[in-house]
Amino acid sequence: MSEEIKLMKGNEAIAHAAIRCGCDGYFGYPITPQSEVLETLTEVEPWKTTGMNVLQAESEVAAINMVYGGAGTGKKVMTSSSSPGVSLKQEGISYLAGAELPALIVNVMRGGPGLGTIQPSQADYFQTVKGGGHGDYKLIALAPASVQEMADFVGLGFDLAFKYRNPAIILADGVIGQMMEKVVLPPFKPRRTDEEIVKECPWAAVGKPKNRKCNIITSLELDPAVMEKKNLHLQEKYREIEANEVRYEEIQCKDAEYLLVAFGSSARICQKAVEMARAEGIKVGLLRPITLWPFPSKVLNQFANQVKSMLCVELNAGQMVEDVRLAVNGKVKVEHFGRLGGIVYTPDEIIEAMKAKIM
Amino acid sequence: MTIEDIIKPENLVYKKPDLMNDRPMHYCPGCSHGVVHKLIGEVLEEMDVVEDTIGITPVGCAVFAYNYLDIDWEEAAHGRAPAMAVAIKRLRPNKLVFTYQGDGDLAAIGTAETIHACNRRDSITIIFINNGIYGMTGGQMAPTTLEGMKTATCPYGRDVKVNGHPLKITNLLKELDGTCYVTRQSVQTAAAVRKTKKAIRKAFENNLNNRGVSVVEVVSTCNSGWKMSPSMANKWMEENMFPAYPLGDLKDTTI
Repeated sequence: MSEEIKLMKGNEAIAHAAIRCGCDGYFGYPITPQSEVLETLTEVEPWKTTGMNVLQAESEVAAINMVYGGAGTGKKVMTSSSSPGVSLKQEGISYLAGAELPALIVNVMRGGPGLGTIQPSQADYFQTVKGGGHGDYKLIALAPASVQEMADFVGLGFDLAFKYRNPAIILADGVIGQMMEKVVLPPFKPRRTDEEIVKECPWAAVGKPKNRKCNIITSLELDPAVMEKKNLHLQEKYREIEANEVRYEEIQCKDAEYLLVAFGSSARICQKAVEMARAEGIKVGLLRPITLWPFPSKVLNQFANQVKSMLCVELNAGQMVEDVRLAVNGKVKVEHFGRLGGIVYTPDEIIEAMKAKIM
Repeated sequence: MTIEDIIKPENLVYKKPDLMNDRPMHYCPGCSHGVVHKLIGEVLEEMDVVEDTIGITPVGCAVFAYNYLDIDWEEAAHGRAPAMAVAIKRLRPNKLVFTYQGDGDLAAIGTAETIHACNRRDSITIIFINNGIYGMTGGQMAPTTLEGMKTATCPYGRDVKVNGHPLKITNLLKELDGTCYVTRQSVQTAAAVRKTKKAIRKAFENNLNNRGVSVVEVVSTCNSGWKMSPSMANKWMEENMFPAYPLGDLKDTTI
């Protein structure tokens, strides 16, 4: 049977992909521009087919703690929200990371700070990759640049989350969430049975049989020596993820003299800018980080030996540019171009900025 | 003569539940938590449901309850236990899911989660220890602190003009359609302990029989926080806490 191509919004793709990848539970709260995730799920009613639970929580705080509770029993659970809501979730995200629970969080970013705007933005980059909540922890951060990737990264996010017992986050924005594109949804994967969960997650709190020790899900430890060890273990895990899970896309980079660096919706606009600049004879390429953490630092450092300069294009006041500069470590000039407040740049503006800032 | 010669099984008059391990408790002498822990252990053992039980500990003195009762536990963020319990029960409807929370956890920072959990019909159990004070952080004012009662953050006594009134949250919870059993008990005498045990048993049976939310409030002492001897604290509780928080069933739709 040939693959069925559908036309839908990025937010809808998240919902359909969740059902298809064997998700056990979704807990969310309405907020623009991501409400279609919850709306789609309640319309499709997956509890009647796959048995997936869907619940509208009383708040984003409750939703992330529902995720924490469910993840602690080994279930495949997720939540989605947009920037102000994700700020509310930070406590729970820190607990998930501290208790080493696998879970999936989706942030369809809007402009801030505060209540900000409902228009798209990429200003939660720092919040996502530098912590957000309290303590030394990392989230596996995936940045989709298409509706197809919205669908694909649900399964990938869960796989990585369970592989490393660490929360994963899909960092999208209002553009990717709201735009409609064609998409091939992932094939149906059955939800795991309770026996399979116990096998895959021997740490899960599911009720203690006589023949094993208690399973206790906690991030608390008052003995400093034990707590330092626990933290070192987390750091060791993060190094392993950095070594194995970096993902990025190179677009017309082979002969590039200039490099654009952009993720998500910005990368889509940059792709057009690259095409237009090349028509003018400017040899420019685009490096698109797919994982924002772990960050593709190595490959950027290598490109610093090839290109004359780099322009980091993001819908914020300059966030990822700091990581690009760290990666390049002074080898070439790295500048930033952004628009704020929900305004999205055109490819022409990006070419102009490139000419003004790095050429 | 050895200890085995003196202590024989046929002479056994009391035994702690096997679920309760031998770790030294961090609770202060005179604290009610240990008694309630023991009752939970006894009831779970008598019902033979350990393999299907998931407990959720709060933030507060009982944060370490997971160190003392050998069952599977999840440790919650402050106030969030009811939200977790709802999710666990939905994902694992055949499990006995209960939260164990103090007054600050349940009636201050977790009020929203408590009310919404009690308004849904998920059959979870909430064990609520109300001693009118924050014990773990050193005796600060709780939502349930009585008028005039002195704590570290109302050192001259709770002034209702400044701090509002003692929150009778259980009275509120009984009004919600999702609760099937709401009761207020205590553990300062042998008779009270027996009553509380019965209440916990009923709450856990409701849990497995899918009857809705059961709330067992245990009006308790915090003799360290109250700065009294354990026996003084019991007397003070009877004279001051019980008039504000009268004991008995507030709601029982299962009769």
